[in-house]
Amino acid sequence: MFPAAFDYRAPASLAEAVDILRQRGEEAKVMAGGQSLIPLLKLRFSQPALVVDIGRLHNLAGIERRDGHLHVGALTKHVDIERSTELRSLCPILPEAAHWIADPLVRNQGTVGGSVCHADPAGDWGSVMLALGADFVAHSEAGDRVIHAADFFAGPFTTALRPDEILTEIRIPVAAHSAGAYNKLERKVGDFATVAVAVQVTLDGGKIKSAGIGLTSVGDRNLKAADAEKSLAGKEPTDAAIAEAARLAAQAAEPKSDIRGSAEYKKDVVRVFVQRGLKTAITRAREGKG
Amino acid sequence: MEVRLKVNGVDHMGDVEPRVLLVDFIRTNLRLTGTHIGCDTTSCGACTVLVDGTPLKSCTLLAVQVSGRSITTVEGLAAGAAMSPMQTGFHEEHGLQCGFCTPGMMLVGTALLERNPNPTEDEIRWAISGNICRCTGYMNIVKAIQHAAAIKAAAAKAPPAAEAVAAGGGK
Repeated sequence: MFPAAFDYRAPASLAEAVDILRQRGEEAKVMAGGQSLIPLLKLRFSQPALVVDIGRLHNLAGIERRDGHLHVGALTKHVDIERSTELRSLCPILPEAAHWIADPLVRNQGTVGGSVCHADPAGDWGSVMLALGADFVAHSEAGDRVIHAADFFAGPFTTALRPDEILTEIRIPVAAHSAGAYNKLERKVGDFATVAVAVQVTLDGGKIKSAGIGLTSVGDRNLKAADAEKSLAGKEPTDAAIAEAARLAAQAAEPKSDIRGSAEYKKDVVRVFVQRGLKTAITRAREGKG
Repeated sequence: MEVRLKVNGVDHMGDVEPRVLLVDFIRTNLRLTGTHIGCDTTSCGACTVLVDGTPLKSCTLLAVQVSGRSITTVEGLAAGAAMSPMQTGFHEEHGLQCGFCTPGMMLVGTALLERNPNPTEDEIRWAISGNICRCTGYMNIVKAIQHAAAIKAAAAKAPPAAEAVAAGGGK
């Protein structure tokens, strides 16, 4: 298989990239690692007139900690998050989720920014970013625009990015006594998630200050389980509070029955994963991981 | 569009459409057919090559995307008639049946041992989890990679004998 013909540009700078998009953004697709886009091009589900390969903009890769945030460059590869020992204690949900993305070969090339911009409802990073309350920095000739994770995913394979914008960075707040967990059910390595759940909890004394919950593969986009999150705020992390949040999250899920399982089954997996994830996250937050 | 690649240490140049996949450039333009096309949908890993030492799926890369980079294919593993430790491992441990997945498996194994010279069985299994063996010969593939690790460890202890070990099986 090979894609339909397209023009190809590999800009040497971000300024050049956004200049290309200013002129031809409507007919262009931005490519980072290409691990989502190239399969779509080959199947001809996507036939852009122009592919703008930003893979050579190496300064968009890497993770920095400053101003109470992790600044994750859009071109940071899944493998670099998976293998980061620093992140394992600072923000454990990131390497945990990275570990379950696609397979090792795809993780060697695929990027976190490319993955969220692809906006597959079965994508893992979207749910993680919703749980973390991350901000996405979109760059265009007009400058930077910050989009909250909760406003970023507009529908299946659709984001709030304009055709002239490039995602350059994801900002993740880091706080003391805050940690997360990612649970994923997949039939085999490399398959899309049957269901996955991202959970992040911040503790304040003995109580839950705030919680973030993101759901994968159970809707037309990565879903934020807002009612479940709210139900936990200010509560002690009792089994009853956790069970109630899990029930609300399962209610928020909108899965479809398919080859991977019935809708009813998937909703129940959401419930189990929210419970399991919350318990892990709370333990980690108490241990000072995250 | 111009593509410049160093493949197995040799510089190559080509003029291809941007839509040409790396695997097709390697097989069709360079006539290096050791890199296989299995699923053609980023699932099986038969097309694995090393790009600057990192194993990637060459069916999911554009040739123009990796222009300027250094590629290793299965043809680049042996040094003349001397098999690499990984090839010797597959030979000694019967690490292949039909052989279709073998180039990818050996390249993934080679990259793994560069990064982690003494991997556990779990680490080996995780490393090859993006490569499918349709004969389901995973037991011996794991043993083959362990065998290669042992050859390399022995060679590291006795540097002057390294080439002889690589060529002779190193039992």
